[in-house]
Amino acid sequence: MNQAAAKPRTSKLIKGATGDWEIVVGMEVHAQVTSHAKLFSGAPTGFGGAPNDHVSLVDAAMPGMLPVINGECVAQAVRTGLGLDAEINLRSVFDRKNYFYPDLPQGYQISQYKQPIVGEGTVTVDLADGETVTVGIERLHLEQDAGKSIHDQHATMSFVDLNRSGVALMEIVSKPDIRSADQAKAFLTKLRSILRYLGTCDGDMEKGNLRADVNVSVRRPGEPLGTRCEIKNVNSIRFVGQAIDFEARRQVGLIEDGGTVEQETRLFDPGRGETRSMRSKEEAHDYRYFPDPDLLPLEFDQAYVDQLAAGLPELPDARKERFVGAFGLSPYDADVLVAEKENAEYFEAVAEGRDPKIAANWVINELAGRLNREGREIADSPVSTEQLGAIIDLIGEGTISGKIAKDLFEIVWAEGGDPRVVVDERGMKQVTDTGAIEALVDEIIAANPDKARQVREKPAMLGWFVGQVMKASQGKANPQAVNALLKEKLGV
Amino acid sequence: MSDLTTLTIAEIRDGLAAGRFSALELTQAYLAAMEAARELNAYVVETPDKALGMAAESDARIARGEARSLEGVPLGIKDLFCTEGVHAQAASRILDGFKPVYESTVTGNLWADGAVMLGKLNMDEFAMGSSNETSCYGPVVNPWRSAGSNAPMVPGGSSGGSATAVAARLCAGATGTDTGGSIRQPAAFTGTVGIKPTYGRCSRWGIIAFASSLDQAGPLSRTVRDAAIMLKSMASVDPKDTTSVDQPVPDYEASVGQSVKGLRIGVPREYRIDGMPPEIEALWERGKAWLADAGAEMVDISLPHTKYALPAYYIVAPAEASSNLARYDGVRYGLRVPGDDIVSMYENTRAAGFGKEVKRRVMIGTYVLSAGYYDAYYLRAQKVRALIKRDFETVFADGVDAILTPATPSAAFGVAEKAVASPIEMYLNDIFTVTVNMAGLPGIAVPAGLDDKGLPLALQLIGRPFDEEMLFRTGQVIEDAAGYFVPERWW
Repeated sequence: MNQAAAKPRTSKLIKGATGDWEIVVGMEVHAQVTSHAKLFSGAPTGFGGAPNDHVSLVDAAMPGMLPVINGECVAQAVRTGLGLDAEINLRSVFDRKNYFYPDLPQGYQISQYKQPIVGEGTVTVDLADGETVTVGIERLHLEQDAGKSIHDQHATMSFVDLNRSGVALMEIVSKPDIRSADQAKAFLTKLRSILRYLGTCDGDMEKGNLRADVNVSVRRPGEPLGTRCEIKNVNSIRFVGQAIDFEARRQVGLIEDGGTVEQETRLFDPGRGETRSMRSKEEAHDYRYFPDPDLLPLEFDQAYVDQLAAGLPELPDARKERFVGAFGLSPYDADVLVAEKENAEYFEAVAEGRDPKIAANWVINELAGRLNREGREIADSPVSTEQLGAIIDLIGEGTISGKIAKDLFEIVWAEGGDPRVVVDERGMKQVTDTGAIEALVDEIIAANPDKARQVREKPAMLGWFVGQVMKASQGKANPQAVNALLKEKLGV
Repeated sequence: MSDLTTLTIAEIRDGLAAGRFSALELTQAYLAAMEAARELNAYVVETPDKALGMAAESDARIARGEARSLEGVPLGIKDLFCTEGVHAQAASRILDGFKPVYESTVTGNLWADGAVMLGKLNMDEFAMGSSNETSCYGPVVNPWRSAGSNAPMVPGGSSGGSATAVAARLCAGATGTDTGGSIRQPAAFTGTVGIKPTYGRCSRWGIIAFASSLDQAGPLSRTVRDAAIMLKSMASVDPKDTTSVDQPVPDYEASVGQSVKGLRIGVPREYRIDGMPPEIEALWERGKAWLADAGAEMVDISLPHTKYALPAYYIVAPAEASSNLARYDGVRYGLRVPGDDIVSMYENTRAAGFGKEVKRRVMIGTYVLSAGYYDAYYLRAQKVRALIKRDFETVFADGVDAILTPATPSAAFGVAEKAVASPIEMYLNDIFTVTVNMAGLPGIAVPAGLDDKGLPLALQLIGRPFDEEMLFRTGQVIEDAAGYFVPERWW
């Protein structure tokens, strides 16, 4: 369907000493489910709190404790599956993944192995260069998060914090459809955006609420898949790109030097920008998966799924389509606006009853630019949607010029206040009174007789006169009126 | 007042209501009996203060006319049940010093109905064993002895402490758990009644897990009626155990004494195993005759997959156990034996904390779940389990109301007699009982006679899912015909 996707992606290949190589990437994304309570216990999920504040008897794996599924986490997984256009499995099974670790109190993680709650789906990813890539989703399953081991508090002992133990995670597994670091970053960005629109994961990568295991392999174009390495727990989109670039080059170098890639688990070190071996395939655990006998298979009917589907919010792709179709925005502007749910909502509030293109321009260029410079999110923008809307209205009404509007924006950003009041109080109103402008025009022409002569030969110099008049009016003169008067008086 | 300990729960209920004795007197009688019977090693912890306090509360309630269904009835609790503030170690060193801050749903139900806790009862470590010899507290001794011998006999297991305590009058009734026969086999060895209810009838919450898909709590008692009274209190649906089933708990006692006329009792030919002792054969014949005399119809039935039950059980149960016991790692509670690093701490702790049988089963379970073996063992065993279940479903669908079998292939054996033999020989004790757990059905063991050495023997009745009433009804016929069996006191 998509021309760009079907084309051989020669630009994505990396050059080795012996020819071109193709990168193949698949991702396993761990997304913490937004819910009040943990997956199988009633303990709260809130971030923060003193270590071991949010721990129930079940989370601590006290003898005789049993897991009870949290229905809200199930609903969130189904919503996410629907958002990924995926098959929802009306029957799924929880399994135990067995291994010993101090922050895994049960000695097993309850996960889903052979029968996940969500099956195959797709994510459509638009890249900055205009290319569109469809990344397949293999599955989504629910599982428990582990606790946290803290090794730096005591000389000889490690401490364990179980606040996170048992918190619900969605593991979202992509197919190996990704062919470059840029695609991987765009995929993760899009996936994060979908999750945030759905409200099923807050996408906060700094807190570890969204993290990715990245599987990387390389091959000669057209050849079978190479041996992959898994880079564990990468916790920023930028690092995902860096890790893939490094890892692909490492593998190419290895093969071109006559070596072979060993299947292994690696860690990304952001400080050095490199991946390092964590454990080899031989050291890999045998997790002895088997169905958890404490839990019945998870079953629900299609009506339940339909009900959740009916309550889904508009997702980024649909919103983009609407912004382009109904608002006439460019696909690029629409993309920029929909990527973050909050930005899109802010824009819609500003565009309400106004020219959407002007609103988009202000949100993307002025507001987003300014927020970026200060490293702030739109949620804590000092300029509200009402304030920005008023600024745009003032331009539309001809009360202020576009240039004055930018000054006004700065004042509102720094000091707040109702833009209309600010304009009144500070005398920022555009002068449309032709008499007043005419006086200024006459004054400037009279003060510059040489230039007034030259302008008849070189009409481009008119701009200089416009600038002078505007300056003299402190920017308040209506530029169209200035232009017209100057043309008339200078005979251009 | 020591004869108070001979009363059944039903008699206690009547006696307390009539004011013939107080709950306090009754409890004191039991505490004295327990003290005099320590060589039986039935209790691992006695809780006299708690018992006396609860009894006093019962007396106050009775005085106010607010008696509950088990008011003042002194019970012993298997050490597998978590009891708030009271030792709960599953008879294992690995839970050294563990006192839960919570009460299991089943024991909570009993206390809410007015029962009195006498203490915690010995058992096989983590309920793994058929002779109560794997306990970290040493073996429990059966109050029964072979005629003319002083050699100590095992009470069976894993609920051996429960069985001995009920048989020796050290409690009016006891809780047990049954994963492959752990209530019914010790009941059979001690001349007591033991019922394993349908899987899901009692909550497993707060019971230390052995094999989650098979474990089920149930009572051990002196009479069928007492078992019915206790189960009524123990059973409940529990939102904390999603494998518990939301079905009303019937008044089980009402089915005791109901006619069995016209009922069809299945007699499975596959339970006539090679080398079955003639006295077991004879016992089974007597059971059929009693039920037939009471008006039931005996039907020959086939449960063709029976012979695969024991091997399949010894794959499924250890597999689940290997995972369930992973939490005993020395990190959060119980025993910790330090090591140079975390792995050696795990190894040292688990090496010191688990006994031989538990280690054996953890290793078997780990093996059968391993990559490359899972399909051949675990998956296959689960398929066998489905076939065993289907065998029963077919028979019940054909109109059979209950199934009659021997409870065990032999009477109690001597302490240390089989523990040194191959584990398989010990496992064979459960040959008639494991099928019931594999199928999730209810099964009751009812004393039916003594062997030629004077040791108790029992019959087993197996019912449809959630038809425990049928077992009380048919079990009462056996009890009426066979009579009661009380060991002669020697301790």
